[in-house]
Amino acid sequence: MSNEATGNGGQALRWLRRTVALPYLWLLLFFLAPFLIILKISFADPIVAQPPFTPLLEWGAQGLAGLKATFENYAYLFQDGYYGIIYLASLKMAAIGTILCLLLGYPMAYFIARQSPRRRQILLMAVILPFWISFLLRVYAWIGLLNNRGVINEFLLWLGVIDHPLTMLYNDFAVYLGIVYSYLPFMILPLYANLERHDHDLLDAAADLGARRWQRFVDVTLPLSVPGIIGGCLLVFIPTVGEFTIPALLGGADTLMIGRVLWDEFFINRDWPVASAVSVVLLLLLVVPILWFQYLQRREQDAGS
Amino acid sequence: MNDSPPSPLVQIREVTKKFGGVTAVDRVSLDILRGELFAILGSSGCGKTTLLRLLAGFEEPTSGRILIDGADMTDVPPYERPVNLMFQSYALFPHMTVAQNVAYGLKKEHVPADRIRERVAEMLALVKLEALAGRKPEKLSGGEKQRVALARALVKRPKLLLLDEPMAALDKKLRQHTQFELANLQYQLGTTFVVVTHDQSEAMTLASRIAVMAEGRIAQVGTPGQVYEFPANRYVASFVGNINLFDGRVTAAGNGQLSVKCETLGSDELSVISGGEIAPGSTVCIAVRPEKITISRQAPEARDRNVIKGTVWDLAYFGDQSLYRVRLKSGAELQVSAQNLRRSEKMTVEWDDEVFLSWEVASTVLLQS
Amino acid sequence: MKNRSLMLMTIVAFGYALLYVPIISVIVYSFNDSRLVTLWGGFSLRWYVSLLSDEDLLGAALLSLRIAIVSATFATALGAIVALALHRVNRLRGRLLLYGMVTAPLVMPEIITGLSLLFLFISMADLIGWPASRGATTITIAHITFSMAYVVVIVRSRLAAMDESLEDAAMDLGGRPVAVFFDITVPMLLPALVSGWLLAFTLSLDDLVISSFVSGPGATTLPMLIFAKVRLGVTPDINAITTIIILLVAVAVATAAFVSGRRESAGLRGVR
Repeated sequence: MSNEATGNGGQALRWLRRTVALPYLWLLLFFLAPFLIILKISFADPIVAQPPFTPLLEWGAQGLAGLKATFENYAYLFQDGYYGIIYLASLKMAAIGTILCLLLGYPMAYFIARQSPRRRQILLMAVILPFWISFLLRVYAWIGLLNNRGVINEFLLWLGVIDHPLTMLYNDFAVYLGIVYSYLPFMILPLYANLERHDHDLLDAAADLGARRWQRFVDVTLPLSVPGIIGGCLLVFIPTVGEFTIPALLGGADTLMIGRVLWDEFFINRDWPVASAVSVVLLLLLVVPILWFQYLQRREQDAGS
Repeated sequence: MNDSPPSPLVQIREVTKKFGGVTAVDRVSLDILRGELFAILGSSGCGKTTLLRLLAGFEEPTSGRILIDGADMTDVPPYERPVNLMFQSYALFPHMTVAQNVAYGLKKEHVPADRIRERVAEMLALVKLEALAGRKPEKLSGGEKQRVALARALVKRPKLLLLDEPMAALDKKLRQHTQFELANLQYQLGTTFVVVTHDQSEAMTLASRIAVMAEGRIAQVGTPGQVYEFPANRYVASFVGNINLFDGRVTAAGNGQLSVKCETLGSDELSVISGGEIAPGSTVCIAVRPEKITISRQAPEARDRNVIKGTVWDLAYFGDQSLYRVRLKSGAELQVSAQNLRRSEKMTVEWDDEVFLSWEVASTVLLQS
Repeated sequence: MKNRSLMLMTIVAFGYALLYVPIISVIVYSFNDSRLVTLWGGFSLRWYVSLLSDEDLLGAALLSLRIAIVSATFATALGAIVALALHRVNRLRGRLLLYGMVTAPLVMPEIITGLSLLFLFISMADLIGWPASRGATTITIAHITFSMAYVVVIVRSRLAAMDESLEDAAMDLGGRPVAVFFDITVPMLLPALVSGWLLAFTLSLDDLVISSFVSGPGATTLPMLIFAKVRLGVTPDINAITTIIILLVAVAVATAAFVSGRRESAGLRGVR
């Protein structure tokens, strides 16, 4: 029936209606407003001052006449091929990282989904558990492993597989590894949620109609798991594009990812308007995957209720 | 029966409920008598659940009034009504034990603790669940859950107990058994029960009176027998049980009888007893229940009977009875059911037999269209 | 067929190894006496001892903890209200905007969240003189804002799974709206509120990027301190911190498992 019981539950609802104004205002102030400000600053001129940008709107005093908008920062982004390359490089790294995550996460999710309920729970728990340990520290742990004199190299040297250390740290390899490692649970969970729901009778039906094992996977399981694949990939891809910590700790000097460049632009070059413009463009790049993700979320929610 | 009509416990007066532009309940007026086991029967979306929620107080009528025991309840919230509801999902609180679930209503009335304990034990004994008092609902079977829900809804001795599809979550076998138990319990307690159901056989078995609802309105109120044998309109006739319907035109009237000519019956005319004055030329609908029809290969005597001819198109043998689909010349089909009274391997009527169908004029239902 | 499941098993084993080998290696090396991280110099607790005397570090840890507790609590309260409003109030004004604002932080790159909040705080200081300086308060505000989104997701999914007739039933049995809220709604939502709080707590304790932007002089959270140290390579005392955190998490998880396990067995006892 209707969620909104008229009249009697109304008392509680009226309270809720009034109270929700608080988080509403909170979000308007601390989420929407900052967002508009960043948009505004991206159109401002950089100056050497504190804060290092010209006020776009001289608050109140001059009104709209005081609008000093400039597209210079954006023009700068596009004229200087540097940023274009970094955006592309970030998208490429995120895409490859996502695919690697999928290649590892799918078999794992598939395996977990086919275990007995009790083992499923334990195996899932084991996937989620590392998540509760600081992300920063988990990324840091790889430094000790990947070092030229790190655990892996020492071990391989000791085995005699290699005679001089492999360079595994401070390059793209390390960043991919970091991405796969950090975001694996985000890939596995939606995939598992999807795979676990599959009706086993479907596979039996396919077998009954003559499909072999591999065909059954390709014809039945894989197509049915597409929503899980899309969900998992978006969940990994979106945060990876703007990732800062992994390239900052594991990447080399030539690992250019936009999150890191933004950080440097802000903290080192102190060019806030350009940093803002970089942010705005990054968001524009993510708009399609984000909207896609929100659409999926909402569909899920509708299916759930 | 009519000398002193018991005063109605529930009086629903011209109640309308709209959700946005949709009218769920449309000008319903209904009296429910004290001590009755009353059923509201209808298909899903007919407004029966909304009517129930209006009685319980979860919805406020858009217009109209609801009186319970003479007091106007229209604006009274559910927690102040002398009415309790047994939910279709049972809605047992999962974080409370069986005993705590049953006790909840009394706690909200601030009944003293020892009195609560007594009353809960009494209720659990009534539904034979004493042994399960300490269990959480998730550990109960469907039938047990239903009994807890019943005990919880009855513990406050409501003047009116509402039951929303009480049997829907039970399997078929349990359902029949529970129907009798519920009817017995109602008889024992004397509480007024209102059962909402989409299952006509459930309504027929349980209720002393039935209201058939369609599209937000009451199509008919009556005893199970009245609703079945004297349906007020086409909807009730076809919703409750199986029936054969023929549209026709009155050709002659007299002696309290009508002659009706129906397109699908060719030249044969049907006789039907008319209640009131219906002029020749009016269009009417004629109906007859399958079990009222006699099927035979020999022509039956035609006095006071309607007789038509057809061919057996299909038949289903159920052991105790057989069901025939008989096709007429016009292509129309009739359903006929017959008790298999004689023990015989061979059936008297077979596929493709030319047969006569006949039924008493008095068994013919006249529905005005 | 055998080959295929062998391959599957190998991939799965590799995946779990990937998840756990780094953690195990950090624990092992936290007991390493040698300053050179990768050379085993014998068992020692010296890095743990040195942590105790590192006042910067203890201060940062305390600050992080304080921020995490406060922000998780606020985020849970505000998030629960938003979730309830989104789920229950039919004609909520600006519903779409609220929904958008509360889910956007889930997908917003944190570097942008951090940058934009910093600009807000600067503009506000210009405009109304508050916040006069940035530090624990601004970090807490930032953390509440982004972790609220996670609480909303968790509470909403719980609400969606909840049988609404439970509340109707309580009201039918004489519970007034406020009583029904505390008798039924809160206990039903409790698991979601607890996991929402824990998630918000962890996210806050973990956050490096946003804190770095909105922090000011004098307010250094634990991740900020660790990041500064780690950028220069492996330092053994970080291994020790990591091990302590892992231990705390393990204890928390074990407690949670124990509590829910006991509840389960209590339920089973009820059956007999």
